[in-house]
Amino acid sequence: MEIKSIMIVGVGGQGSLLASRLLGNVLLAQGYDVKVSEVHGMSQRGGSVVTYVKYGEKVYSPVIEKGEADMIISFELLESARSLPYLKEGGKLITSTQQIDPMPVITGNMEYPENLAEKLSEKAKVIAVDALSLAEQAGSAKASNVVLMGVLASRTDYPEELWQNALKECVPAKFLELNKKAFELGRSV
Amino acid sequence: MSMKKLMLGNEAFARGLYEAGCRVVSSYPGTPSTEITEKVAEYDEVYAEWAPNEKVAMETALGVSIGGARAFCGMKHVGLNVAADPLYTASYTGVNAGLVIAVADDQGMHSSQNEQDSRHHAIASKVPMLEPSDSGECKEFVKRAFEISENFDTPVIVRMSTRVAHSQSVVEISERREIGLKEYTKKPEKYVMMPAYAKGRHVFVEERTEKLREYAETSPLNRAEISEKAEFGVITNGAAYQYTKEALGERASVLKLGIVNPLPVELIKDFCKKYKKIYIIEELDGIIESHCRNIGVNNVVGKEIFSCIGEINQSVIAEKILGRVNNFQQLDENIPVRPPVMCAGCPHRGLFYCLKKLGVMVSGDIGCYTLGASAPLSAMDTTICMGASVSGLHGFNKARGADSEHRSVAVIGDSTFIHSGITGLVNIAYNNSNSTVIILDNSITGMTGHQQNPTTGKNLKGEPAYAVNLEELCKAVGIKRVRVTDPYKLAETEQVIREELEADEASVIISRRPCALLKYVKHSPALKVSGEKCVGCKACMKLGCPAISIRNKKAVIDHTQCVGCGICKEQCKFGAIE
Repeated sequence: MEIKSIMIVGVGGQGSLLASRLLGNVLLAQGYDVKVSEVHGMSQRGGSVVTYVKYGEKVYSPVIEKGEADMIISFELLESARSLPYLKEGGKLITSTQQIDPMPVITGNMEYPENLAEKLSEKAKVIAVDALSLAEQAGSAKASNVVLMGVLASRTDYPEELWQNALKECVPAKFLELNKKAFELGRSV
Repeated sequence: MSMKKLMLGNEAFARGLYEAGCRVVSSYPGTPSTEITEKVAEYDEVYAEWAPNEKVAMETALGVSIGGARAFCGMKHVGLNVAADPLYTASYTGVNAGLVIAVADDQGMHSSQNEQDSRHHAIASKVPMLEPSDSGECKEFVKRAFEISENFDTPVIVRMSTRVAHSQSVVEISERREIGLKEYTKKPEKYVMMPAYAKGRHVFVEERTEKLREYAETSPLNRAEISEKAEFGVITNGAAYQYTKEALGERASVLKLGIVNPLPVELIKDFCKKYKKIYIIEELDGIIESHCRNIGVNNVVGKEIFSCIGEINQSVIAEKILGRVNNFQQLDENIPVRPPVMCAGCPHRGLFYCLKKLGVMVSGDIGCYTLGASAPLSAMDTTICMGASVSGLHGFNKARGADSEHRSVAVIGDSTFIHSGITGLVNIAYNNSNSTVIILDNSITGMTGHQQNPTTGKNLKGEPAYAVNLEELCKAVGIKRVRVTDPYKLAETEQVIREELEADEASVIISRRPCALLKYVKHSPALKVSGEKCVGCKACMKLGCPAISIRNKKAVIDHTQCVGCGICKEQCKFGAIE
């Protein structure tokens, strides 16, 4: 099979590492060769954060370049706009509608672009979800990442059991129930 | 036991150390190398510690090796500069039990102050260097590195890169092989490197390099992957091998070099004879390319098409060699950049706000607080390397005299101060400059993801450890004026800095408040802006807090980020923040 590429984008601190690990575990259990590329260090401090998940029979490069992603999962609208060039023609963008001001907007040097979800829809297949509200409904704003994984799960056909196992593997026991709930809320979007 | 697991390169490296029977680890954290040591510390059979700096770590590891146990130390590329002194002579002494050193380069400078190619250190110190290209190889190469170390009597460096260290791929796990403690025998001619003995060891080093070169000719770590459909050949190493395979597939035969020092001669000559054109695809400097030309292989193309700046990837290779470019879409929109920022509640914010207000020259250092250089705080003049804030300020003041001494400070974190700031402070006291040094004591090594250090009271395993008393330490080296301030209290902090700048002798200010991300730190409830009282003056925005933004000309605070540190409240003249 051809290599499939999924990009996860967001703002440092939003939990993209957990999301990419969940997905990586599901794909490995499904029998694929998998590579997941993460970002650590300075970029994690509230900057743009990008992780790559690639799978197939044999994966070489761990990174995704412009025009290569079959799917982008984004935790924040501005990051969706920034990552659009990485989407393959016909690719899908699952985005949270959350907006977090970057420093140039906070300092008043730039404006946060308006109506991004609509503008993105003109260029690509977009599924926009209020993941923050769903996460708060599940018990913590921090679970938006798992909500979006639920959305992804509902758009792919990997067995439920694999997702549940991955959650157990990657989430600390005391947050497991909360995250299961967040996953379910995302799944039913 | 055999099972497949998805592992970070660094985690797989740690697994390799465990399986190879490594007994003692001493490292200093640095992105992208940190997780090797954190992960290996999870195995009970391995003793692991954070050393105060890379030089201490490497000397400790060499001591372990001489003492007869398999040893490891890990660091980032710039850390190897700090540890270069022991490295170059450890090359001469060689080892007793195996000694493996990890150095992680940061192509693309995701989290570093320069983009140096560590292969130069391996060449200059005449130490063999291996370079894996995925997690599975990380584990296997570590085990092989211990064998090479013991068979050839040499330390062995394993070079990592950001992409290899921080990518997960599939690893096959096996059992640990316990290696007993080797006998220690006193051998001054091998371990006492004074001129008479060192001369003999230099001869040994040159002979060893030749033997290692012969080994590189036939070692399975270097392998030619011949494609029958190949139009040309490629010589590559590390992460660039993965990009090459993805971009070129069967259109190229590939010579993958797992031993990047010393480089083979006959293997390369034979491979290059097979094709009219050979591309050398290596990140950073053209080291393999220069080697090819040195041995008379001239049908190579390298740095004339692949930059020595930043990372290579599959798109770059496809474009430069095949002329293939992907289509992509973008919005017709000016998208604001999102640089990293100090977290909401970061104790460094208040300190830098005061420095900006005072308009002083700030001699900076390496850590989260380097973000103090970014807008809107913009309160940093220089950042060079770990420790340079303190020694650099002393020099700056020696150049510019008394006037400068009252208008300049150094800022340095607790871990960085212990790493190499303390020697600069000794110099300030000894050679008498009236410098003001601010230690930003957030009780942890922050930027690399919360590692313990000699000031935190805990060791790598989280057990209680002796905590260096910074106040006493500064006094002991000759600084009489040592003050402590809480950076959440803006007025108090500003006053303390003013007084120490005015003082006619050297001083240290300890700006003390634990990192807001530490789990044990109790936060106050998120603050709120009263829409009625807020006049939209944006005074709070000058703090550069990511939790505060302006909506409809009034400040709003994001309750999911705010930890109630209160410096915006102190800043608001209208009492609008509660």
